[in-house]
Amino acid sequence: MSDHKTMTLTLIVWRQKSANDPGKFETYTAKNITEHHSFLEMLDCVNEDLIHADKDPIVFDHDCREGICGMCSQIINGAAHGGQERTTVCQLHMRKFKDGDTIYIEPWRARAFPIIRDLIVDRSALDKIIQSGGYTSCHTGGVADGNAILIPKAVADEAMDAAQCIGCGACVAGCPNGAAMLFTGAKVSQLALLPQGKGEASMRVKNMTKTMTECGFGNCTNHYECMAACPKGINVKFIARMNREFLKAQFA
Amino acid sequence: MQFTSSSIGRKILMAITGQAMVLFAVVHLLGNSSIFGWLNGGINAYAEHLHSMPLPIIMGFRLVLLAIVCVHIWFGIQLTIENRGGRPQEYAVKSTQKATFASENMIWTGSLLALFLVYHLAHFTFQVINPETAALSNLVPLHDMMVPNVMGMVVAGFKNFFVSFIYAGAMVALFLHLSHGIQSFFQTMGWSCDKSQPVIIKVGTLVALGLFLGYVTIPLTIFAGILKG
Repeated sequence: MSDHKTMTLTLIVWRQKSANDPGKFETYTAKNITEHHSFLEMLDCVNEDLIHADKDPIVFDHDCREGICGMCSQIINGAAHGGQERTTVCQLHMRKFKDGDTIYIEPWRARAFPIIRDLIVDRSALDKIIQSGGYTSCHTGGVADGNAILIPKAVADEAMDAAQCIGCGACVAGCPNGAAMLFTGAKVSQLALLPQGKGEASMRVKNMTKTMTECGFGNCTNHYECMAACPKGINVKFIARMNREFLKAQFA
Repeated sequence: MQFTSSSIGRKILMAITGQAMVLFAVVHLLGNSSIFGWLNGGINAYAEHLHSMPLPIIMGFRLVLLAIVCVHIWFGIQLTIENRGGRPQEYAVKSTQKATFASENMIWTGSLLALFLVYHLAHFTFQVINPETAALSNLVPLHDMMVPNVMGMVVAGFKNFFVSFIYAGAMVALFLHLSHGIQSFFQTMGWSCDKSQPVIIKVGTLVALGLFLGYVTIPLTIFAGILKG
Protein backbone atom coordinates (compact mmCIF):
# COMPACT_ATOMS: atom_id res chain seq x y z
CA MET A 1 0.00 0.00 0.00
CA SER A 2 1.53 3.28 -1.12
CA ASP A 3 0.08 5.34 1.70
CA HIS A 4 -2.09 4.80 4.70
CA LYS A 5 -4.33 7.81 4.38
CA THR A 6 -7.91 6.78 4.91
CA MET A 7 -11.24 8.28 3.93
CA THR A 8 -14.50 8.69 5.76
CA LEU A 9 -17.55 8.74 3.54
CA THR A 10 -21.26 9.27 4.02
CA LEU A 11 -23.37 6.66 2.27
CA ILE A 12 -27.04 7.21 1.55
CA VAL A 13 -28.28 3.73 0.73
CA TRP A 14 -31.68 2.44 -0.44
CA ARG A 15 -33.00 -0.11 2.08
CA GLN A 16 -36.03 -2.21 1.24
CA LYS A 17 -36.98 -5.38 3.08
CA SER A 18 -38.97 -7.01 0.28
CA ALA A 19 -40.68 -6.35 -3.04
CA ASN A 20 -43.77 -5.05 -1.23
CA ASP A 21 -41.96 -2.88 1.30
CA PRO A 22 -42.04 0.82 0.28
CA GLY A 23 -38.32 1.18 1.08
CA LYS A 24 -36.37 4.26 2.16
CA PHE A 25 -32.92 5.80 2.23
CA GLU A 26 -30.70 5.18 5.28
CA THR A 27 -27.50 7.04 6.04
CA TYR A 28 -24.30 5.21 7.01
CA THR A 29 -20.71 6.22 7.60
CA ALA A 30 -17.90 4.29 5.91
CA LYS A 31 -14.73 4.64 7.97
CA ASN A 32 -11.10 3.65 7.36
CA ILE A 33 -11.53 3.35 3.60
CA THR A 34 -8.37 3.52 1.50
CA GLU A 35 -8.11 4.43 -2.15
CA HIS A 36 -7.27 0.80 -2.89
CA HIS A 37 -10.61 -0.54 -1.72
CA SER A 38 -12.97 -1.49 -4.50
CA PHE A 39 -16.48 -0.11 -4.14
CA LEU A 40 -17.77 -3.52 -3.06
CA GLU A 41 -14.95 -3.94 -0.52
CA MET A 42 -15.93 -0.58 0.90
CA LEU A 43 -19.49 -1.90 1.28
CA ASP A 44 -18.07 -5.09 2.88
CA CYS A 45 -16.41 -2.88 5.52
CA VAL A 46 -19.65 -1.04 6.18
CA ASN A 47 -21.51 -4.36 6.43
CA GLU A 48 -18.97 -5.72 8.90
CA ASP A 49 -19.60 -2.68 11.12
CA LEU A 50 -23.37 -3.20 10.75
CA ILE A 51 -23.11 -6.88 11.69
CA HIS A 52 -20.99 -6.04 14.76
CA ALA A 53 -23.63 -3.50 15.76
CA ASP A 54 -26.28 -6.21 15.38
CA LYS A 55 -27.93 -4.54 12.40
CA ASP A 56 -28.98 -5.93 9.03
CA PRO A 57 -26.16 -5.66 6.50
CA ILE A 58 -26.82 -3.94 3.15
CA VAL A 59 -27.82 -6.65 0.70
CA PHE A 60 -26.25 -6.37 -2.76
CA ASP A 61 -25.53 -8.64 -5.74
CA HIS A 62 -21.93 -9.60 -6.54
CA ASP A 63 -20.02 -12.64 -7.70
CA CYS A 64 -16.76 -12.73 -9.66
CA ARG A 65 -15.54 -9.29 -8.56
CA GLU A 66 -13.39 -9.12 -11.66
CA GLY A 67 -15.81 -7.33 -13.97
CA ILE A 68 -16.96 -10.24 -16.11
CA CYS A 69 -19.96 -11.90 -14.49
CA GLY A 70 -22.56 -9.15 -14.62
CA MET A 71 -23.89 -9.68 -11.11
CA CYS A 72 -23.04 -6.38 -9.46
CA SER A 73 -25.68 -3.79 -10.10
CA GLN A 74 -25.83 -0.47 -8.30
CA ILE A 75 -26.72 3.06 -9.23
CA ILE A 76 -24.03 5.22 -7.67
CA ASN A 77 -24.76 8.95 -7.59
CA GLY A 78 -27.34 8.48 -10.32
CA ALA A 79 -25.09 6.54 -12.71
CA ALA A 80 -25.17 2.80 -13.38
CA HIS A 81 -22.00 1.13 -12.05
CA GLY A 82 -20.84 4.57 -10.85
CA GLY A 83 -20.51 6.12 -14.30
CA GLN A 84 -16.84 5.35 -14.92
CA GLU A 85 -16.41 4.30 -18.54
CA ARG A 86 -16.47 0.53 -19.17
CA THR A 87 -16.40 -0.31 -15.46
CA THR A 88 -18.56 -2.55 -13.32
CA VAL A 89 -19.19 -1.65 -9.67
CA CYS A 90 -16.68 -4.29 -8.52
CA GLN A 91 -13.98 -2.69 -10.66
CA LEU A 92 -14.77 0.82 -9.47
CA HIS A 93 -12.20 1.87 -6.90
CA MET A 94 -12.41 4.27 -4.02
CA ARG A 95 -9.61 6.41 -5.52
CA LYS A 96 -12.46 7.85 -7.65
CA PHE A 97 -13.86 9.38 -4.46
CA LYS A 98 -12.40 11.72 -1.89
CA ASP A 99 -12.54 12.02 1.85
CA GLY A 100 -15.85 13.44 3.07
CA ASP A 101 -17.82 12.58 -0.10
CA THR A 102 -21.50 11.74 0.14
CA ILE A 103 -22.47 8.80 -2.07
CA TYR A 104 -26.01 7.81 -3.06
CA ILE A 105 -26.43 4.08 -3.68
CA GLU A 106 -29.64 2.80 -5.28
CA PRO A 107 -30.79 -0.39 -6.97
CA TRP A 108 -31.50 -0.64 -10.73
CA ARG A 109 -34.90 0.97 -11.17
CA ALA A 110 -37.09 -0.37 -13.97
CA ARG A 111 -40.63 -1.71 -14.23
CA ALA A 112 -39.25 -5.04 -15.51
CA PHE A 113 -36.78 -5.35 -12.59
CA PRO A 114 -38.74 -5.67 -9.32
CA ILE A 115 -36.64 -5.11 -6.20
CA ILE A 116 -36.00 -8.27 -4.19
CA ARG A 117 -34.20 -6.64 -1.28
CA ASP A 118 -32.14 -3.46 -0.79
CA LEU A 119 -29.90 -3.25 -3.86
CA ILE A 120 -30.85 -6.62 -5.36
CA VAL A 121 -33.34 -6.66 -8.22
CA ASP A 122 -34.89 -9.55 -10.10
CA ARG A 123 -33.31 -9.55 -13.55
CA SER A 124 -34.91 -12.79 -14.76
CA ALA A 125 -36.80 -10.78 -17.41
CA LEU A 126 -33.49 -10.69 -19.30
CA ASP A 127 -33.35 -14.51 -19.14
CA LYS A 128 -36.88 -14.65 -20.56
CA ILE A 129 -35.75 -12.56 -23.54
CA ILE A 130 -32.84 -14.96 -24.14
CA GLN A 131 -35.12 -18.00 -23.77
CA SER A 132 -37.40 -16.64 -26.47
CA GLY A 133 -34.74 -16.60 -29.17
CA GLY A 134 -31.18 -16.03 -27.97
CA TYR A 135 -29.98 -19.39 -29.23
CA THR A 136 -29.55 -21.46 -32.40
CA SER A 137 -31.30 -24.80 -32.91
CA CYS A 138 -28.50 -26.92 -34.38
CA HIS A 139 -27.46 -30.49 -33.80
CA THR A 140 -23.95 -30.01 -32.49
CA GLY A 141 -22.99 -33.68 -32.66
CA GLY A 142 -19.53 -34.47 -31.39
CA VAL A 143 -16.86 -31.89 -30.70
CA ALA A 144 -16.52 -29.96 -33.96
CA ASP A 145 -13.29 -28.57 -35.38
CA GLY A 146 -12.97 -24.98 -34.21
CA ASN A 147 -12.47 -23.73 -37.76
CA ALA A 148 -15.01 -25.95 -39.50
CA ILE A 149 -17.10 -22.87 -40.39
CA LEU A 150 -14.91 -20.11 -41.71
CA ILE A 151 -16.01 -16.60 -40.73
CA PRO A 152 -14.34 -13.44 -42.07
CA LYS A 153 -12.34 -11.68 -39.36
CA ALA A 154 -14.29 -8.41 -39.56
CA VAL A 155 -17.60 -10.27 -39.10
CA ALA A 156 -16.25 -12.36 -36.23
CA ASP A 157 -14.93 -9.20 -34.53
CA GLU A 158 -18.26 -7.42 -34.89
CA ALA A 159 -20.13 -10.44 -33.47
CA MET A 160 -17.63 -10.56 -30.61
CA ASP A 161 -18.22 -6.86 -29.84
CA ALA A 162 -21.92 -7.66 -29.46
CA ALA A 163 -21.21 -10.84 -27.49
CA GLN A 164 -19.33 -8.84 -24.84
CA CYS A 165 -22.65 -8.23 -23.08
CA ILE A 166 -22.53 -9.67 -19.55
CA GLY A 167 -26.28 -9.22 -19.01
CA CYS A 168 -25.93 -6.95 -15.99
CA GLY A 169 -28.92 -4.80 -16.96
CA ALA A 170 -27.15 -1.44 -16.65
CA CYS A 171 -28.61 -0.46 -20.05
CA VAL A 172 -32.12 -0.95 -18.67
CA ALA A 173 -31.28 0.87 -15.43
CA GLY A 174 -29.71 3.77 -17.33
CA CYS A 175 -32.57 4.10 -19.83
CA PRO A 176 -35.16 6.70 -18.77
CA ASN A 177 -37.78 4.41 -20.40
CA GLY A 178 -36.49 1.21 -18.79
CA ALA A 179 -35.98 -0.31 -22.25
CA ALA A 180 -33.91 -3.43 -22.91
CA MET A 181 -33.02 -2.54 -26.49
CA LEU A 182 -29.23 -2.57 -26.07
CA PHE A 183 -29.30 -5.97 -24.34
CA THR A 184 -31.65 -7.47 -26.92
CA GLY A 185 -29.94 -5.68 -29.81
CA ALA A 186 -26.56 -7.07 -28.79
CA LYS A 187 -27.84 -10.67 -28.69
CA VAL A 188 -29.88 -10.37 -31.91
CA SER A 189 -26.88 -8.82 -33.69
CA GLN A 190 -24.33 -11.32 -32.40
CA LEU A 191 -26.36 -14.27 -33.71
CA ALA A 192 -27.54 -12.56 -36.92
CA LEU A 193 -23.93 -11.84 -37.88
CA LEU A 194 -22.78 -15.46 -37.63
CA PRO A 195 -23.63 -18.22 -40.13
CA GLN A 196 -25.08 -20.47 -37.40
CA GLY A 197 -27.54 -17.76 -36.37
CA LYS A 198 -28.61 -16.41 -39.77
CA GLY A 199 -31.18 -19.16 -40.44
CA GLU A 200 -33.40 -18.21 -37.50
CA ALA A 201 -32.67 -14.47 -37.59
CA SER A 202 -36.16 -13.27 -38.48
CA MET A 203 -37.94 -15.57 -36.03
CA ARG A 204 -35.44 -14.56 -33.36
CA VAL A 205 -35.83 -10.80 -33.66
CA LYS A 206 -39.63 -11.04 -33.70
CA ASN A 207 -39.81 -13.31 -30.65
CA MET A 208 -37.16 -11.56 -28.59
CA THR A 209 -38.64 -8.08 -29.11
CA LYS A 210 -42.12 -9.45 -28.37
CA THR A 211 -40.89 -10.93 -25.07
CA MET A 212 -39.14 -7.64 -24.34
CA THR A 213 -42.48 -5.81 -24.45
CA GLU A 214 -44.33 -8.56 -22.55
CA CYS A 215 -41.78 -8.39 -19.72
CA GLY A 216 -42.63 -4.73 -19.14
CA PHE A 217 -39.58 -3.07 -20.66
CA GLY A 218 -40.20 0.37 -22.18
CA ASN A 219 -39.56 1.47 -25.75
CA CYS A 220 -36.41 3.00 -27.17
CA THR A 221 -36.42 6.76 -27.82
CA ASN A 222 -32.76 7.00 -28.85
CA HIS A 223 -31.40 8.82 -25.78
CA TYR A 224 -28.34 6.51 -25.92
CA GLU A 225 -28.06 6.50 -22.11
CA CYS A 226 -27.73 2.69 -22.37
CA MET A 227 -24.47 2.99 -24.27
CA ALA A 228 -23.07 5.36 -21.62
CA ALA A 229 -24.13 2.96 -18.85
CA CYS A 230 -22.81 -0.25 -20.44
CA PRO A 231 -19.70 -1.53 -18.62
CA LYS A 232 -18.70 -3.39 -21.79
CA GLY A 233 -18.99 -0.39 -24.09
CA ILE A 234 -21.61 -1.97 -26.34
CA ASN A 235 -22.48 0.47 -29.10
CA VAL A 236 -26.01 1.54 -30.04
CA LYS A 237 -25.16 0.47 -33.61
CA PHE A 238 -26.41 -2.93 -32.44
CA ILE A 239 -29.82 -1.39 -31.74
CA ALA A 240 -29.76 -0.01 -35.29
CA ARG A 241 -28.85 -3.48 -36.55
CA MET A 242 -31.73 -5.00 -34.59
CA ASN A 243 -34.12 -2.40 -36.07
CA ARG A 244 -32.80 -3.41 -39.50
CA GLU A 245 -33.28 -7.11 -38.69
CA PHE A 246 -36.81 -6.35 -37.48
CA LEU A 247 -37.68 -4.54 -40.73
CA LYS A 248 -36.15 -7.39 -42.76
CA ALA A 249 -38.16 -9.92 -40.73
CA GLN A 250 -41.41 -8.22 -41.81
CA PHE A 251 -40.71 -9.37 -45.37
CA ALA A 252 -39.38 -12.80 -44.46
CA MET B 1 -47.25 -9.60 -32.64
CA GLN B 2 -48.71 -7.00 -34.97
CA PHE B 3 -46.35 -4.41 -36.43
CA THR B 4 -48.48 -1.63 -34.94
CA SER B 5 -48.35 -3.07 -31.43
CA SER B 6 -44.66 -4.03 -31.43
CA SER B 7 -42.05 -1.85 -29.80
CA ILE B 8 -39.83 -1.43 -32.88
CA GLY B 9 -42.77 -1.36 -35.32
CA ARG B 10 -44.29 1.67 -33.64
CA LYS B 11 -40.87 3.29 -33.43
CA ILE B 12 -40.50 2.82 -37.20
CA LEU B 13 -43.95 4.36 -37.81
CA MET B 14 -42.95 7.36 -35.66
CA ALA B 15 -39.72 7.67 -37.65
CA ILE B 16 -41.29 7.44 -41.12
CA THR B 17 -44.16 9.83 -40.38
CA GLY B 18 -41.74 12.21 -38.67
CA GLN B 19 -39.36 12.17 -41.58
CA ALA B 20 -42.22 12.73 -44.04
CA MET B 21 -43.08 15.88 -42.09
CA VAL B 22 -39.42 16.99 -42.21
CA LEU B 23 -39.53 16.65 -46.01
CA PHE B 24 -42.76 18.65 -46.04
CA ALA B 25 -41.12 21.33 -43.85
CA VAL B 26 -38.21 21.59 -46.32
CA VAL B 27 -40.48 21.94 -49.37
CA HIS B 28 -42.78 24.34 -47.47
CA LEU B 29 -39.81 26.56 -46.63
CA LEU B 30 -38.58 26.54 -50.23
CA GLY B 31 -42.07 27.58 -51.37
CA ASN B 32 -42.42 30.23 -48.67
CA SER B 33 -39.04 31.70 -49.54
CA SER B 34 -40.68 33.01 -52.74
CA ILE B 35 -41.81 35.84 -50.44
CA PHE B 36 -38.29 37.26 -50.85
CA GLY B 37 -39.00 37.80 -54.54
CA TRP B 38 -36.93 35.19 -56.37
CA LEU B 39 -40.09 33.97 -58.10
CA ASN B 40 -41.76 36.31 -60.62
CA GLY B 41 -44.88 37.49 -58.77
CA GLY B 42 -43.55 36.47 -55.34
CA ILE B 43 -45.50 34.38 -52.87
CA ASN B 44 -48.81 35.34 -54.52
CA ALA B 45 -47.69 33.56 -57.71
CA TYR B 46 -46.51 30.55 -55.70
CA ALA B 47 -49.84 30.33 -53.84
CA GLU B 48 -51.76 30.68 -57.11
CA HIS B 49 -49.61 27.92 -58.64
CA LEU B 50 -50.52 25.56 -55.75
CA HIS B 51 -54.21 26.45 -55.80
CA SER B 52 -54.51 26.02 -59.55
CA MET B 53 -53.73 22.32 -59.17
CA PRO B 54 -56.68 19.92 -59.62
CA LEU B 55 -58.82 19.75 -56.47
CA PRO B 56 -58.44 15.95 -55.99
CA ILE B 57 -54.64 16.36 -55.91
CA ILE B 58 -54.84 19.18 -53.35
CA MET B 59 -57.36 17.36 -51.15
CA GLY B 60 -55.51 14.03 -51.53
CA PHE B 61 -52.26 15.67 -50.46
CA ARG B 62 -53.96 17.30 -47.48
CA LEU B 63 -55.55 14.00 -46.41
CA VAL B 64 -52.23 12.16 -46.60
CA LEU B 65 -50.58 14.90 -44.53
CA LEU B 66 -53.40 14.76 -42.00
CA ALA B 67 -53.06 10.98 -41.74
CA ILE B 68 -49.29 11.29 -41.23
CA VAL B 69 -49.79 13.89 -38.48
CA CYS B 70 -52.44 11.73 -36.76
CA VAL B 71 -50.29 8.57 -36.80
CA HIS B 72 -47.31 10.51 -35.43
CA ILE B 73 -49.36 12.09 -32.64
CA TRP B 74 -51.23 8.87 -31.77
CA PHE B 75 -48.14 6.69 -31.38
CA GLY B 76 -46.14 9.56 -29.88
CA ILE B 77 -48.61 9.88 -27.02
CA GLN B 78 -49.06 6.11 -26.63
CA LEU B 79 -45.31 5.43 -26.49
CA THR B 80 -44.65 8.34 -24.12
CA ILE B 81 -47.27 7.06 -21.67
CA GLU B 82 -45.80 3.53 -21.82
CA ASN B 83 -42.26 4.83 -21.40
CA ARG B 84 -43.12 7.06 -18.44
CA GLY B 85 -44.00 3.85 -16.58
CA GLY B 86 -40.77 2.12 -17.66
CA ARG B 87 -38.98 3.49 -14.62
CA PRO B 88 -41.58 3.61 -11.84
CA GLN B 89 -39.35 5.54 -9.42
CA GLU B 90 -36.78 8.18 -10.37
CA TYR B 91 -33.26 8.06 -9.00
CA ALA B 92 -32.43 10.36 -6.09
CA VAL B 93 -29.55 11.80 -8.08
CA LYS B 94 -30.22 12.70 -11.71
CA SER B 95 -27.21 12.07 -13.89
CA THR B 96 -27.71 12.11 -17.64
CA GLN B 97 -24.76 11.32 -19.82
CA LYS B 98 -26.04 11.14 -23.40
CA ALA B 99 -29.68 12.27 -23.30
CA THR B 100 -30.24 15.90 -24.26
CA PHE B 101 -32.85 18.52 -23.43
CA ALA B 102 -34.26 17.89 -26.91
CA SER B 103 -34.42 14.11 -26.57
CA GLU B 104 -36.04 14.28 -23.13
CA ASN B 105 -38.72 16.78 -24.13
CA MET B 106 -39.95 15.41 -27.48
CA ILE B 107 -43.51 15.10 -26.17
CA TRP B 108 -43.54 18.76 -25.08
CA THR B 109 -41.88 20.26 -28.16
CA GLY B 110 -44.18 18.01 -30.20
CA SER B 111 -47.28 19.22 -28.31
CA LEU B 112 -46.25 22.84 -28.84
CA LEU B 113 -45.83 22.15 -32.55
CA ALA B 114 -49.27 20.50 -32.71
CA LEU B 115 -50.85 23.56 -31.06
CA PHE B 116 -48.90 25.81 -33.37
CA LEU B 117 -50.10 23.80 -36.36
CA VAL B 118 -53.72 24.48 -35.41
CA TYR B 119 -52.98 28.19 -35.03
CA HIS B 120 -50.97 28.30 -38.28
CA LEU B 121 -53.79 26.64 -40.26
CA ALA B 122 -56.38 28.98 -38.70
CA HIS B 123 -54.16 31.94 -39.58
CA PHE B 124 -53.06 31.26 -43.15
CA THR B 125 -55.16 28.36 -44.47
CA PHE B 126 -58.63 28.97 -43.03
CA GLN B 127 -57.81 32.67 -42.50
CA VAL B 128 -60.06 33.16 -39.48
CA ILE B 129 -57.53 34.88 -37.18
CA ASN B 130 -57.53 38.23 -39.01
CA PRO B 131 -60.47 38.02 -41.44
CA GLU B 132 -60.00 41.63 -42.62
CA THR B 133 -56.60 40.78 -44.16
CA ALA B 134 -57.64 37.30 -45.41
CA ALA B 135 -56.01 36.66 -48.77
CA LEU B 136 -59.10 34.99 -50.18
CA SER B 137 -61.23 38.13 -49.78
CA ASN B 138 -58.51 40.60 -50.89
CA LEU B 139 -57.70 39.98 -54.54
CA VAL B 140 -54.79 41.68 -56.27
CA PRO B 141 -53.73 41.65 -59.92
CA LEU B 142 -51.02 39.18 -60.96
CA HIS B 143 -49.99 39.16 -64.63
CA ASP B 144 -53.43 39.21 -66.29
CA MET B 145 -55.65 37.80 -63.53
CA MET B 146 -56.84 38.56 -60.00
CA VAL B 147 -55.33 36.35 -57.25
CA PRO B 148 -55.60 36.19 -53.42
CA ASN B 149 -53.22 38.64 -51.72
CA VAL B 150 -51.14 36.18 -49.66
CA MET B 151 -48.29 38.67 -49.39
CA GLY B 152 -50.57 41.29 -47.83
CA MET B 153 -51.98 38.74 -45.37
CA VAL B 154 -48.55 37.49 -44.30
CA VAL B 155 -47.10 41.00 -43.92
CA ALA B 156 -50.14 42.24 -41.97
CA GLY B 157 -49.87 39.19 -39.68
CA PHE B 158 -46.19 39.47 -38.90
CA LYS B 159 -46.32 43.24 -38.30
CA ASN B 160 -47.98 42.23 -35.06
CA PHE B 161 -45.38 41.48 -32.36
CA PHE B 162 -47.34 38.67 -30.71
CA VAL B 163 -47.97 36.87 -33.99
CA SER B 164 -44.27 37.05 -34.91
CA PHE B 165 -43.37 35.96 -31.39
CA ILE B 166 -45.64 32.89 -31.58
CA TYR B 167 -44.10 31.90 -34.92
CA ALA B 168 -40.53 32.40 -33.69
CA GLY B 169 -41.27 30.44 -30.50
CA ALA B 170 -42.79 27.59 -32.47
CA MET B 171 -39.68 27.46 -34.63
CA VAL B 172 -37.52 27.06 -31.51
CA ALA B 173 -39.69 24.04 -30.66
CA LEU B 174 -39.26 22.82 -34.24
CA PHE B 175 -35.49 23.12 -33.96
CA LEU B 176 -35.39 21.16 -30.69
CA HIS B 177 -37.81 18.50 -31.97
CA LEU B 178 -35.89 17.95 -35.20
CA SER B 179 -32.41 18.13 -33.69
CA HIS B 180 -33.34 14.85 -31.98
CA GLY B 181 -35.86 13.62 -34.53
CA ILE B 182 -33.79 13.65 -37.72
CA GLN B 183 -30.90 11.58 -36.36
CA SER B 184 -33.41 9.36 -34.58
CA PHE B 185 -34.97 8.48 -37.95
CA PHE B 186 -31.71 7.00 -39.25
CA GLN B 187 -31.07 5.06 -36.04
CA THR B 188 -34.61 3.67 -35.98
CA MET B 189 -34.54 2.63 -39.63
CA GLY B 190 -31.22 0.91 -38.92
CA TRP B 191 -29.39 3.16 -41.35
CA SER B 192 -26.57 4.10 -39.01
CA CYS B 193 -23.47 2.52 -37.53
CA ASP B 194 -20.81 3.64 -35.04
CA LYS B 195 -18.90 5.55 -37.75
CA SER B 196 -21.85 7.25 -39.45
CA GLN B 197 -23.88 8.07 -36.33
CA PRO B 198 -21.84 11.04 -35.03
CA VAL B 199 -21.99 12.55 -38.56
CA ILE B 200 -25.75 11.91 -38.82
CA ILE B 201 -26.30 13.62 -35.44
CA LYS B 202 -24.33 16.70 -36.59
CA VAL B 203 -26.00 16.89 -40.01
CA GLY B 204 -29.45 16.36 -38.47
CA THR B 205 -28.88 19.24 -36.04
CA LEU B 206 -27.62 21.43 -38.90
CA VAL B 207 -30.71 20.68 -41.01
CA ALA B 208 -32.89 21.52 -37.98
CA LEU B 209 -30.94 24.76 -37.52
CA GLY B 210 -31.29 25.57 -41.23
CA LEU B 211 -35.06 25.10 -41.07
CA PHE B 212 -35.24 27.24 -37.91
CA LEU B 213 -33.22 30.08 -39.46
CA GLY B 214 -35.07 29.87 -42.77
CA TYR B 215 -38.52 29.98 -41.21
CA VAL B 216 -37.74 32.58 -38.57
CA THR B 217 -36.30 34.98 -41.17
CA ILE B 218 -39.77 35.59 -42.65
CA PRO B 219 -41.51 37.04 -39.54
CA LEU B 220 -38.24 38.67 -38.43
CA THR B 221 -37.65 40.62 -41.65
CA ILE B 222 -41.31 41.65 -41.83
CA PHE B 223 -41.47 42.77 -38.19
CA ALA B 224 -38.19 44.67 -38.58
CA GLY B 225 -39.66 46.43 -41.61
CA ILE B 226 -37.02 45.06 -44.02
CA LEU B 227 -39.57 43.07 -46.03
CA LYS B 228 -42.52 45.29 -47.01
CA GLY B 229 -45.88 44.37 -48.49
